[in-house]
This record gives sequence, structure tokens and C-alpha cells, in this order.
Amino acid sequence: MTIKKFVVGCFDDEDVLFPAVKKVRKEGYKIQDVYTPFPVHGLDKELGMRDTSLHTAGFIYALTGLTTALGFISWILTMDWVQNYGGKPHFSLAAWIPIMFELTVLFSGVGMTLTFCYLCQLAPFVKKHHFHPGATDDKFVMVIECTSKTNVQEAEAFLAAAGAKEVNVQMAETGWWLGRYDMNRKLFDQQTGVVTA
Amino acid sequence: MSLTKYESFVREPLVDGEKTYNKVTEDIVYTIETKPTRLWYIGLYISVALLLFGIYSVYREVTYGVGQWNLGKTVGWGWDITNFVWWIGIGHAGTLISAILLLFRQGWRTGVNRAAEAMTIFAVMAAGQFPIWHMGRVWLAFFVMPYPNTRGPLWPNFNSPLLWDVFAISTYFTLSLLFWYSGLIPDVATLRDRAKTKFRKLFYGIASFGWTGSTKHWQRHESLSLVLAGLCTPLVLSVHTIVSFDFATSIVPGWHTTIFPPYFVAGAVFSGFAMVQTLMLITRKVMNLQDYITIGHIEAMNKVIVLTGSIVGCAYLTELFMAWYGANVYEYDAFFKYRLAGPYGWSYWIMMTCNVISPQLFWFKKLRRNIEFTFIMSIVVNVGMWFERFVIIVTSIFRDYLPSSWSLYYRPSIYEIGFYLGTFGLFFTCYFLFSKYFPVIAIWEVKHVLKTSGENYKARMENLEKLSADEFYAKTHHH
Repeated sequence: MTIKKFVVGCFDDEDVLFPAVKKVRKEGYKIQDVYTPFPVHGLDKELGMRDTSLHTAGFIYALTGLTTALGFISWILTMDWVQNYGGKPHFSLAAWIPIMFELTVLFSGVGMTLTFCYLCQLAPFVKKHHFHPGATDDKFVMVIECTSKTNVQEAEAFLAAAGAKEVNVQMAETGWWLGRYDMNRKLFDQQTGVVTA
Repeated sequence: MSLTKYESFVREPLVDGEKTYNKVTEDIVYTIETKPTRLWYIGLYISVALLLFGIYSVYREVTYGVGQWNLGKTVGWGWDITNFVWWIGIGHAGTLISAILLLFRQGWRTGVNRAAEAMTIFAVMAAGQFPIWHMGRVWLAFFVMPYPNTRGPLWPNFNSPLLWDVFAISTYFTLSLLFWYSGLIPDVATLRDRAKTKFRKLFYGIASFGWTGSTKHWQRHESLSLVLAGLCTPLVLSVHTIVSFDFATSIVPGWHTTIFPPYFVAGAVFSGFAMVQTLMLITRKVMNLQDYITIGHIEAMNKVIVLTGSIVGCAYLTELFMAWYGANVYEYDAFFKYRLAGPYGWSYWIMMTCNVISPQLFWFKKLRRNIEFTFIMSIVVNVGMWFERFVIIVTSIFRDYLPSSWSLYYRPSIYEIGFYLGTFGLFFTCYFLFSKYFPVIAIWEVKHVLKTSGENYKARMENLEKLSADEFYAKTHHH
């Protein structure tokens, strides 16, 4: 649990957000993240993120599924319990293609989704700090992380000048925790019984 | 990255009216955040009543055995398998819309994909009931699972199309569910952040998995949707192909044909789109979503219906041709004596009228864009597609190789009908609950296309198109 200080700027339009991201990064501020109500194409590149490797994981899961099906079926039908189905060969690959295909798809789809949830830390009862409730409606929320060198007032003024309609400073936990959205929870260092050094 | 998102104004807008991002949210979540109407309650009560009758019918069948159904010596697959194939077919449109149209970059899918995917899931749930309860001794259903058991271990037959079906349908259900729910998470987060009551905060809080809308998460989300779409595209084709293998790999005249896989897939898409039309036309009217499911959407789906209906018609004629040209007397009899004519001849002609002849009216643009006509046609097509499965199954087997068992005229018992009605109950109960508690239109996807395809944004494109090529380039390519 790390609590950090953030300067938050809310934009109304992704067309204003793009040049603002450029300016803010050029100025040397550290953008923690930009929260948007829908995927804004090109924003990941603009923020300097690399491409996700999720699809590679999907490919590996697919191969796992394929080999599992082939290995399992051929072991069963040629070694473990050999049966004569209408005098056909025990190793009848053509007849296994449907199940091999289904398991390929199943492993890949399920594996990728679980990996996605793991990487994005998504699960029931997971709670995170939300900088602005409008981030899932119509606001594009840029969050700048304050370091020891950051001048907060300057950062606020800079965001406002870059087109942010609403600017504020927030203390927030960076990670996730188990919690419910119908119950509010105090910040870690404000909780009673917690000794902070 | 261009700042001005451009799509020619010649293309029909996908979102009508003066819309902002916030307005899109407000419009779509309105019915979720207000009390349900009386119509909703009536619909739900009828569905639950049907579901209960279905449960009672299944209870009778499990307690007293399959003899509760009028299946006999020749007709071993009757209404149950007909209904199974019918529901599975309906379940194909959702994945087609969400996966195949995503890969083809068809913008109009955004208005209908969410509801169509939900429909897919509920239809597959309904379909799955039939083979399971058809087993008779349903408590042994787990025998289809390949696990190291104490019976040998005796494994299921991996060479059997019936086992392929188990794998195909369970994979299809799982992937459709993942695809649907991963798309739903951002919208549930929208509901969570707007929630006022304790229950909504709790419910949507849990269901949204802690979604924040982070750019990195969106990037992964897009990758996930694309790959899932890529996986679901061959999957959806494989599912009905494998369902058709249940018939095609047998040696029953009328079933033993190589045309079955493409024919079944086309039929599935055909009936699926008809069901999407039925649901969408009601949904857009009742929930006041005409701006998002526009006449343009309806027309696009009607185009798919006329295309797939014609493919199906082509397959019917090919079957008849092959039955004659193949010069096999049993094949010839199956088609020309027991399908076109004979005691079940009426069902063949209902099928032909509903599936092949009447959808041809959709070649007329006026009719494609006519709501009432589309609604009637969507029902007609689904009746026709039900009869297609009935024709394929019952007319192929009611007269087998032993003429002494021919006397039986198969008609369903009340519990067979009850089971079918029960799956309607299951389907519509799920759909009513879904449409009340979850957004029936993918909010974030509509927002994503709003600036290119919204009516108010599109109006501005007209000025852009008047520019010269150089000016146009300068205006649309800023960086």
C-alpha cells in the first residue's frame, strides 16, 4: 500500500487531450495514467506505452490446448483403452480434428481472459481508487504523479492551461485492495490502529 | 493520428440525434436506473410461468422416463433435437455480429452486439437443455466428461460426433460468455460510478471487477476482444458444422449429405438474425433506443437475412437435385416421397414458404426499412427454421428400413411441448433480467464510433468534403 500525491486534470474532449498529453510529457511530468470512458486510439502510443503481448500469451495457450487434445486423445485411443470402432484405425487423426480445434480455442480464450484479468488486476471485490467518477462517462482524466521535485501549483496551472476543465490534487493508494463499492474506506495511513512510522 | 475523425457523410449515421458522450450514457442507462414498467413485469411473469411449466415437464420426464414423450420406434429424435438445433442456430447471430463483424470492421455492429451476444448465451443455455434431458437417465450425464473414472477407466468415444458436440457447445458457451462479459465490464463500471443506492453500488461494484478505464487496460482490452473475435469466428462456424455432423456422419438417407455443414451454418445465421430482429425491434421501442438501433441497423440485418435465406434455399434445391441425380432409390424416396409429399409433406412446404420464398421480399429496400414488415418476417423466418429442423429430423426417420414400424404418426406429447415452452421461459426470463440490470447497448462502443458516425458529428463532414484534396489532407492529418 503506497499512498502518493497526484495532480488530476479532467478533459472533456479527446481532441484536447492529445495535444495536452504531448505537452505534459514534454514538460517532464510523469503521467501516471489517463483514464478514459472508451478506448482512445493512439493514446497508448502517445503515452509511450509498448504494445501489449497478450495475444502472444493467447497463442501459447492455443498451442497448449492443441497439444493437450492431441496427446490426451491419442494416448486414450491408442494406448490406455484401445477400442475397435467399426474397424477404423486406432490413430484416426481426422476424427479428432473437431475436439482438437475446440480445445485450442477454449484454452486460448479462457487463458487469455484470465491473463487479462491478472494483468489489469480485475476480479470481483477488487477495489481501486477512482480519480473521477466521470472517467467512465464522458471525462478523460489525466493523472500526474507528484515526485519530490514536482511543484504542485505549477502542475495544476499547467494542466489548466493545456485545456483541463477541472483540476485538483488527490492523495490516493496506487494499487488495489479487497473492498466493496457501497462502503467507503479511509486511506491506509488514516485508519485507526495503523501505526505509521 | 488525425484529430478530425473522418467518415463520409454519404454513409448513414449509426447514432441519430444530437448526442454527446454524456447523453449516450444517460440514454442507455435510463431504463436501468428507473423503475421497470408494467409491461416489463407482465413479460417477466409470463416468462417465469413458461419456465415453471418447462420445469414441471422435465420433472415428469425424469421421474417417469422418456416415455412421457411421444418418441417411438422410428422417431427417436423428435421435438427435443429439433428444438436443440433450432436454439443453437439462434445462438449463432450474436457471435457473428460481435466477432465476424468486428473483424470486418462493420461499424453498425456497435448498436446491436451487446443484446445479440446476450441472446446467444441465453439461446445456448436453452439449447443445451435438450440433449441433456434427452439422455433419459440424466443423472449419468457426467459420463460424457473424459475423466479417469472407476469404470475402467472407460473413456468417451472421441470419434463420435455426439461427443464433438459436447465439446463444441461447451466451448462455444464459455467463449461467448467471456466475450460478452469482458465487453460488459467497462459499462458495468459506468453504472457503478453513477450508482446512488447501496444495492447498486454493491452489485455493480462487484460486477465491474474494479475497472478504472486506464489506458493500458483499454489497450489490453482491445487486444483481448480482437483475439477472442478471431477465435470465435472459426468457432461459430465449427459449432453448427459439428451439429450438422450429428446427422451427416450417419447413414440415414436425407441426413447423409456433404452439403450439411455450410447449409446448417447459413441456416443458423439466418434464424439467429431473425431472432435478433424480433428482440431488437421490441427492445428499441420499449426502451426508447431508436437513436441507437436505427432503421439503418435493421436494414443491414435484413440484408444478412435475405443473403443467408437465399443460401439456405440454394441448399434445399441442391439436396433435391442430388437426391434425383444421385440415383439412389432410398435417397430419392426420402426426399420425393417422404419430404415433399407423404404424411409430413405439409411441414416441408411451410419450411419452403417461410425460409426461401417470403424472405425474397427483402430485396425491396422499402420493405427492408419497414419496421412492422421486418417484425412479422422475423417471426416467419423463425417458424420456418424450426420446421426446417423438424423436416430434416422427423421426415428422414419416421419411415425406416422396417415397414412394420411405419404405422406411427409422430406428434408431440404435452410434456414435449411443455419442455419447448419452458426453454422460451428460460430464454425470455434471462433476457428480461438482462435488459433491466445491464446496458442492452454497448455504451463504450457507441461512444467510440460517435465522432465518426454520430449524426451531429457527421453533419460537419459535409464541409470537409467540399475542400480540395490538399486542404482536406491538411485538415485531417495534424501530426
